Amino acid sequence: MGVDRREFLKIAGYAALFGLGGKAAIDILAPGELEASMQGIPLTQGKRWSMVIDMRKCLKQQEAGKDGCKECMIACHREHNVPDWGNPKHAIKWIWQDKYEHVFPDTPNQFIDEGVRHKPFILMCNHCLNPPCVRVCPTQATFKRESDGIVAMDMHRCIGCRFCMAACPYGSRSFNWGDPRKAPKELNPDYPTNRAYPERSKGVVEKCNFCVELVAKGELPACVQACDKIKVHALNFGDLDDPESNVRKLLREHYTIRRKPALGTEPNLFYII
Amino acid sequence: MYDGGKIIIGLIIGIGLFLSPFFYNAGKAAKAPDPELTAKAKEAKVCVAQKSYMRESHFTLLDEWRHTSVRDGERYYTASDGKKYYKSLQVTCLDCHSNYSKFCQQCHDYVDVNPYCWDCHILPEEKK
Repeated sequence: MGVDRREFLKIAGYAALFGLGGKAAIDILAPGELEASMQGIPLTQGKRWSMVIDMRKCLKQQEAGKDGCKECMIACHREHNVPDWGNPKHAIKWIWQDKYEHVFPDTPNQFIDEGVRHKPFILMCNHCLNPPCVRVCPTQATFKRESDGIVAMDMHRCIGCRFCMAACPYGSRSFNWGDPRKAPKELNPDYPTNRAYPERSKGVVEKCNFCVELVAKGELPACVQACDKIKVHALNFGDLDDPESNVRKLLREHYTIRRKPALGTEPNLFYII
Repeated sequence: MYDGGKIIIGLIIGIGLFLSPFFYNAGKAAKAPDPELTAKAKEAKVCVAQKSYMRESHFTLLDEWRHTSVRDGERYYTASDGKKYYKSLQVTCLDCHSNYSKFCQQCHDYVDVNPYCWDCHILPEEKK
């Protein structure tokens, strides 16, 4: 046993030679693949769905009605059989509202303008480019679709550990504390509202799925359709990867903000304020 | 052997009790259920795969469907005859087989399986 100096240098030399050769060979044969596999979560390739929410139009519409506008939320919850539990602790949130100060807590301003102060902003899953929920899921029940960047849920795999709920900095995930079919009847008279879409069982986590089932058919998400139907057009859904898309055009022409950008999750939801 | 007679009698009673369900049910085998087809299913004549395959392995197909449609986003299935189907238990399968109790349930009961599909997937409303 024992390697003399000459032997050691020989081995080191060959190792270096093959090591470099291997990397170079991969770069030539399959460019980019090695880099992609080195990252924890495969980044979106090709299409990247996103939404630009024009809060000026949304707030104008909300102020026009007596109880504000709830069209997008009603449409979403009808499409996905989301029950109303009548208890905020058990609320299932796919699309919901919160005050500006709570939505953008990292830009505190005591003297913020009246246009946004305490105003209800529309919230949903950000479908982050770097989703922390996906990274923590022990069963890969939640995953980022490589084809279009949608952060999707595979309900069949969810074990209800709620790691994702702890990881998500936006509160976009909700836990089913009870069987949705046992939600109070008086609050959900015509439940299930969409017989073409499944419900969930007790003990799974759910969230906005960017209407993956409608997008697959070439339709816009239910919330966007509802907003367009009342001719407000505050919700704009499009491909961030296409420089000519509607969302890219809006982003070019307006100043937009995202929620908690410092966390590095790279949300795909943009707000025009 | 002390108290041999009592032990043997006890053993006979014990074994007899243990075997009693077999004697009780002897010769009364439950009839294998015959799944009923709805008018729509009869009219269609073919399912997404061959009848024998569907009979024995529909769960394998459903498992494959759920995996490929949910995780890979492949939402259409091409049958061997080239016909395309939307991969959905609730929308495609139950559209023809809308008689859950006569088509799914009686066989599942017979073979004592409890698939949890229906915890989330909505069953069609059956006409009584």
